[in-house]
Amino acid sequence: MATPATIHAHAPQGFIRKYIFSLDHKVIGMQYFFLALTAVFVGMFLSLLMRIHMVWPAAVLPLVGEIKPETYLSLLTMHGTIMVFFVLTTAPQGGFGNYFLPIQIGAPDMAFPVLNMLSFWTTFVAFVVIIAAFFVTGGAPLHGWTGYPPLSAVQSAGPGEGLGADLWITSIAIFCIASLMGALNFITTTLDLRAKGMSLMRMPLTVWSWFITAILGLLAFGVLLSAGILLLMDRNLGTSFYVPLIVVNGQVLGHKGGSPLLWQHLFWFFGHPEVYIAILPGMGVTSQILSTFSRKPIFGYKAMVYAMLSIGLFGFMVWGHHMFMSGMSPYSAFAFSILTMCIGVPSAIKTFNWLGTMHKGRIRFQTPMLYAIGFVSLFVSGGLSGPFLAQPVLDIQLHDTYFVVGHFHLIMGVAAIFGIFAATYYWFPKMFGRMMNETLGRIHFFITLAGTYAIFMPMHYLGMAGQTRRYSQFTEVAYQAKLIPLQTFITYAAIITISAQLIFVINLFWSMFKGPKASDNPWQSTTLEWTTATPPPHDNFGGVTPVVNHGPYEYAVPGAPRDYVMQTDPVSASAH
Amino acid sequence: MGLALLGLIWLITFVSTYFFVAKTWWLPPGAAEAAGFIDHQFALTFVLMGIIFVAAQLSLGYFAWRYREHASAAPAQYSHGNGRLEIVWTVLTAILFIGLNLMGSRVWASQRFDPPAADAVKVEVTGMQFAWYFRYPGPDGHFAPTSVKLMDPSAGGEAALGIVTSDPDAKDDIVTGTMYLPVDREIDVSLRSVDVIHSFFVPSLRFKQDTVPGLNIHMHFRPTVIGEYEIACAELCGLGHYKMHGMVHVVSQEDFDKWLAAREAEKQ
Ligand code: HEM
Ligand SMILES: [Cu+2]
Ligand SMILES: [Cu+2]
Repeated sequence: MATPATIHAHAPQGFIRKYIFSLDHKVIGMQYFFLALTAVFVGMFLSLLMRIHMVWPAAVLPLVGEIKPETYLSLLTMHGTIMVFFVLTTAPQGGFGNYFLPIQIGAPDMAFPVLNMLSFWTTFVAFVVIIAAFFVTGGAPLHGWTGYPPLSAVQSAGPGEGLGADLWITSIAIFCIASLMGALNFITTTLDLRAKGMSLMRMPLTVWSWFITAILGLLAFGVLLSAGILLLMDRNLGTSFYVPLIVVNGQVLGHKGGSPLLWQHLFWFFGHPEVYIAILPGMGVTSQILSTFSRKPIFGYKAMVYAMLSIGLFGFMVWGHHMFMSGMSPYSAFAFSILTMCIGVPSAIKTFNWLGTMHKGRIRFQTPMLYAIGFVSLFVSGGLSGPFLAQPVLDIQLHDTYFVVGHFHLIMGVAAIFGIFAATYYWFPKMFGRMMNETLGRIHFFITLAGTYAIFMPMHYLGMAGQTRRYSQFTEVAYQAKLIPLQTFITYAAIITISAQLIFVINLFWSMFKGPKASDNPWQSTTLEWTTATPPPHDNFGGVTPVVNHGPYEYAVPGAPRDYVMQTDPVSASAH
Repeated sequence: MGLALLGLIWLITFVSTYFFVAKTWWLPPGAAEAAGFIDHQFALTFVLMGIIFVAAQLSLGYFAWRYREHASAAPAQYSHGNGRLEIVWTVLTAILFIGLNLMGSRVWASQRFDPPAADAVKVEVTGMQFAWYFRYPGPDGHFAPTSVKLMDPSAGGEAALGIVTSDPDAKDDIVTGTMYLPVDREIDVSLRSVDVIHSFFVPSLRFKQDTVPGLNIHMHFRPTVIGEYEIACAELCGLGHYKMHGMVHVVSQEDFDKWLAAREAEKQ
């Protein structure tokens, strides 16, 4: 077998092999990062349009013109899908995972560089396909990111349910294939390519998080892929996996005997692990940063690993909590709700341990740390609405209301985005060889944290008052019309918060070219990526193979010459 | 920076908590039997989660400020954690979360597993893009069968549901666009959909159930307060989802009987 080392004996020359069809995991990581950056701006722009339309329905907007109810639902569907797949699955895992997992375990590249390149370009194709859905007749589908049939399975069920919906499913199927390839690569790399001394229990928590995420991806995306193929068949080949005998628009359709609930089971069997796919890397990076900037070992390293493993395991047993109101057997609700409560326990442990890490630390407040602390705050706020939704009796009131929208945006949406921001500010120096601007970073952080809460906390109030989700307007239901002032407040908060993201973009691109040069280890971190040059050479360690002698978070070690012991420092450097 | 962070996190915590505690926005007043229990469980969960929320956020802000690096700050403590503490808080959260959950199971079970009372009022709820229809079986207590071949949604009413009018049970079936219910009687609803999934949500009655094509879902509940309550569709069903609205009128038994008799008379 060609090892990555032999493939990478020479760095490729020529622009195309070096930057476009590169086999270098670092370049591929950056490609994923920029793809996700593009996607997040598309997704954010769509949410801005949605927020504006909700409270000023008559507004005619530049670029999009008048927004009709079906346009709103298309924006909603594309916003959710782009955010979940092309941002939260792409940046933390494909982007940072690709770039830093091999370096953090002391490997010269991923185990299968060609597969790695393929998985990026497949993801890219998926993105092009989904964007194409905007431009076909009928426009993008309106069935939401969850795509429940029969709505998603029947062309006549609404505008956008024609070619747009086919493209949407096709894109997701392609994305699944890409993710499966990526997951395989991550798992193999972690198991096979660790440097000497890098035992499993010496791996940085970031590596653990990417590794577990990859396992979840391997098990979850295959199911979504199959589910998607069945849906395509129902739509185009006349099968009836999901569609019973129904009448749409006065027309009896040719389907018979299918089960709409089958899709929901398959979708959420993927969908719940997916939220952990989105958030686990954020947990990893938060742990890494909290420890580094508190100058203190992570509190309960082993507990953190076991917590992530049990989140991964339980993550596959709770999908039914999305279906308490679906008509699924009410007996199964007991099992799903208890198991859901169980998954809250490791999540709580992680929070305790993050607080424990800061406790008696010596905290430095550079921007990565601000974002890591913001992550903890959001994770707590978003996490604590979970035990409401996990109880079927309370879900009677809260399911499919804005309470849920607030819940998942805090915990999976913005918390994961904060993880991405933290990772960007933290690793930018290593990736681009320059420092980002601290002042801009801080301004960006404070506006974004305050803005995030201003947008998503009030959504919980709306949900308690009974505001149903996926409504393009609130004027048709009297009790909802009374809530419009609060909706208007949220829209203002969204406009400000979204505009403030320009600060990040300016900082990112300005620093890329004009930022002060970064040293090899600007944050005085301990893990392997900080032992190599900035930016790292083609084979990551310039021909040397690192040997690991220490755990990942040895800060404030008594008797050590500095306040941190790098993983490759000689054994004598530490009292241990 | 530590202070700024403490300030912002604490401010967020106080403002968020204030609006919950002040109940500026809250569940609408309950008008069904289950509301007492559900609201109680909600409040209990709310208090417990609220305490954890405030404690965690305040400590986060406090730690950020208290342990910030400055000239006279103590050196960081070299500690890898505390196994006993980990076990303590694992066990405590497990008891809290699972206990809370078990407490909530009773009402769920009684609404779904106990059969409806023998004298329950039968109503059939049908969702279709984008309207709700309600059917009462009339004096015979039987719903006539329906057939998709006969469904004509644009015609509305009976024709929309595709009732087999030649069936003897069809004679006294009443179809309406507004739901009338007698107060303090058990209501035995069966929920159906003819096209895509909808969700029958009446916040004041603490009732929500998806209507799924191909399934006939039975539930029962008991309205306890006379009044008019809004129905809002809670499952995305297409471009008219936001206006798939309806009304439930909970009236006295007397008014209910009168209303039903008038509908029967209209039909004959
Ligand atoms: C820029 C900040 C954001 C704003 C203002 C925003 C706003 C919204 C709004 C208004 C909705 C529609 C709610 C409804 O009608 O039911 C929505 C739905 C959604 N958002 Fe966001 N969002 C933001 C960021 C994110 C992020 C970062 C994610 C990543 C997970 C995300 C994922 C979703 C999903 C999955 C849905 C559900 C779509 C569906 O119902 O099919 N959003 N968002
Ligand atoms: Cu879930
Ligand atoms: Cu609907």
